[in-house]
Amino acid sequence: MTTCPHCPTDNWPELERGYRAMLPGDVLAFIDGNRDREHSESLLIATLHMVQDHFGHLGPGHLEAVAQLMQIPLAKVTGVATFYHYFRLQPRGRYLINVCLGTACYVKGAEKVAQKLMDELGIHFGETSKDGVFSLESTRCVGTCGLAPVVMIGEEVHGPLTPGQVPALLETYLARAAEEMAKV
Amino acid sequence: MPQPVHDFYQAMADRVGRSLADRDAEHQVVVQVGSATCEHAAGSQAVADELVRHIRASGRKDILLHRTGCTGRCSREPILGVRLPGRLPVKYERVNRDLVHRIFTEHIQGGTPVAQHVLDHEAGPLPERELLFCEGSRCHGSGPGPRERFAAMLAERGVSRESVRIGAASCFGACGLASDHLASAGPATYVLARPEKVLYRVTGEEDLAAILDGHLIGGQVVERLRAQEEPIALAFMERYGDVAFFNRQSRVALRNAGVVDPESLDEYVDMDGFKALADVLERRDPDWVIGELTKARLRGRGGGGYSTAAKWTMARKQADATRFIICNGDEGDPGAFMDRSMLESDPFNIVEGMIIGGFAIGAQRGFFYIRAEYPLAIRRIQQAIETCRAHGLLGRNIMDSGWDFDLEIRLGAGAFVCGEETALIRSIEGERGQPRVRPPYPTDRGLWDHPTVINNVETFANISAILRYSGDWYARLGTEKSGGTKVFALAGKVRHTGLVEVPLGTPLARVVNDIGGGVTGGRELKAIQTGGPAGGFIPASMQHMEVDFEPLQKAGSIMGSGGMIVLSEDDCMVDIAKFYIAFSQDESCGKCTPCREGTTRLLEILERITQGKGELSDLDKLERLARLCQRTSLCGLGRAAPNPVLSSLKHFRGEFLAHIVDRHCPAKKCVALIHYEINPEKCVGCTICARNCPVACIAGTRKEAHVIDQAACVKCGNCFDVCKFAAVDRV
Repeated sequence: MTTCPHCPTDNWPELERGYRAMLPGDVLAFIDGNRDREHSESLLIATLHMVQDHFGHLGPGHLEAVAQLMQIPLAKVTGVATFYHYFRLQPRGRYLINVCLGTACYVKGAEKVAQKLMDELGIHFGETSKDGVFSLESTRCVGTCGLAPVVMIGEEVHGPLTPGQVPALLETYLARAAEEMAKV
Repeated sequence: MPQPVHDFYQAMADRVGRSLADRDAEHQVVVQVGSATCEHAAGSQAVADELVRHIRASGRKDILLHRTGCTGRCSREPILGVRLPGRLPVKYERVNRDLVHRIFTEHIQGGTPVAQHVLDHEAGPLPERELLFCEGSRCHGSGPGPRERFAAMLAERGVSRESVRIGAASCFGACGLASDHLASAGPATYVLARPEKVLYRVTGEEDLAAILDGHLIGGQVVERLRAQEEPIALAFMERYGDVAFFNRQSRVALRNAGVVDPESLDEYVDMDGFKALADVLERRDPDWVIGELTKARLRGRGGGGYSTAAKWTMARKQADATRFIICNGDEGDPGAFMDRSMLESDPFNIVEGMIIGGFAIGAQRGFFYIRAEYPLAIRRIQQAIETCRAHGLLGRNIMDSGWDFDLEIRLGAGAFVCGEETALIRSIEGERGQPRVRPPYPTDRGLWDHPTVINNVETFANISAILRYSGDWYARLGTEKSGGTKVFALAGKVRHTGLVEVPLGTPLARVVNDIGGGVTGGRELKAIQTGGPAGGFIPASMQHMEVDFEPLQKAGSIMGSGGMIVLSEDDCMVDIAKFYIAFSQDESCGKCTPCREGTTRLLEILERITQGKGELSDLDKLERLARLCQRTSLCGLGRAAPNPVLSSLKHFRGEFLAHIVDRHCPAKKCVALIHYEINPEKCVGCTICARNCPVACIAGTRKEAHVIDQAACVKCGNCFDVCKFAAVDRV
């Protein structure tokens, strides 16, 4: 595409090249493939999901690139990205630890598990450990209430957990992270 | 007259019959492993891998590894089922890799079940045969009479009770299926004989005798008593009927969960899948579909309880011919996971329900809105949609009927308010998920301003069953106002947690005690929380009330999506109310003031009370603010958010007063209102508490009573947890 019907600036091809370079191929293909579909702007959330899956978070540059390539005002893209809890605007550690604070976990002592995680990692919710391995967040019910209290690390669910099991659990992930780093 | 849809269905059913012939062969050993988020978390994948290794190493070709969804028996997962030819199916609980080895060598190879690991099996040898008597109280069953009579007859004949188990089940869903001349012959009891998978219809003592002589002793199926009906839960009961947790349920929406492979279209078709759709497309009469739903008295399972038939009728009579249908899978209530389980365990059933809904309202497109936190559910639905497209069940010319309809998935992104229908629509449109004023209702002007029907996952899960077994049948399962069953996610302080499907109108106590096995740790039941953050508390004194939309509302709670959290005397009601308000406050989208500010101030007051800084006037403030928030908020989130506060004030005002007046938390939960003391008479001076104290505030030397420095204590409770002599008191 060389001209953009909505923004007749003389440097669009140049800008577009820059923005395209910021996003991975599957996202570009998704945006291009749906551009002419009816209500294509409704795929904004799906696009942001793909970008976050790839980068782990949504940086300011990513939001701008999505806004420009989908021709949606940046204000709206930012508005959507900040509205939904699932989107993270800060980079995060290799493993995201999500402590479930749903009702079932809460009554079974999830707070104590969360406190132990904070003590062990030395960070609060929303922060990333200094070594960049763990980010700590809380979530609402991952739907495995029978195993309460549960903690999700990456896509793996662990439960029922006691505060005492937390250090060993973190160790296994630290070991895994060291292994993966060694491979790289 | 040509019947293209009928021919299409028949061809599909024939193909499936041929492809599954191998699996159903007589000599086949079937080993079944669950595959859903909860099963995976419990380690079912490692179990499946270990099984594959064992099967390969044994060189046996007659062992089939069957992957199924989740049965909803969360606290005992991973569950592994073994079916040897001609024997009762056996389920094992909490299986790990070591146990797989034992099960494989002793049971599968050796033929002797590993009794001590069998699911919910108390003790003693396992029975070889079983007769299950249907004793559903709601569907005019005959009660325990025939079963007791039969047991007495067994004793008279001297048949050993060790090898034959006589059990009771709540409901096979067979009632009302019998043809008229049979129904007029008087009340009948259905009896399921396992492992022969024969369902008998028994009306009197002679029939019982015939089963005893012919079936049990003679070993021959008594053909004249064989029921012609094919009850909906038969396949489920045939596999799980021996377990009390399951046989006291009535499985309709969850009938295939734990029975079929969720990724196999063939297995779903084998369970009469898409038969309802074929019937609908053959009749080509949307009014018939809506008529059946009206008869079924099906009410929206997402919480509102609005008549599904009425909703569909409203969308259908719109002049605008561009219409949409949406499945609300944004299950955000903490403590509820039935939608996830249904999407993961029986995805084709939800897809079929949506296609039928699309046809009934005249929609061209449908959307699944599923929360991004459910990656497996998304994958399974995506796979089901693609499989249906490839087999002519979605897309153009569905089942050769000439009708076009397609489905796609849209992901949520972690906003609780998007469960509200107008917010959900905004989210599908790619906007911030903020609700708008109703009316106009989505059935008038919804997605992109076109008429739109939004139903919950569970509502769609019931559609195919209703059309297959008739609306009258479904209505009979429930109460006068609401037909059918409801799935509850039982969690909290209850022995058996998991998914429970019971007829509407079942007493709460029956769900918690009979199915859930009562409160854990021998504690007393304090309350049952229903409906999630929008719901309220039912105190233990009201536990015999029937679960239905209206009675729950009258008690100050709601049905909601079906979360059911059991609270014991260890739980502080002020603290739990605070928890729910904190949730609603966090999830309030901020658009309207009553909800944004109201929930924040409610939370502040509750925090004050739990910190022992409350005043008596706070109670009035709480009530006034809660009523205001209820009356003036824009959407359901804000209007329902104060429910936990109001219902805890209504039923547990004394606990609030104790916090405020006595500065005392009766449940000893609120940290600011408790402290720890060491009883010098019990303390032996083992030093374990001092060693585990994070702030080193416990003084004392070996073999001497220790003392806590109250000024330095952070009340973490470590000393209380680690003391082996119960010398630490929480006061």
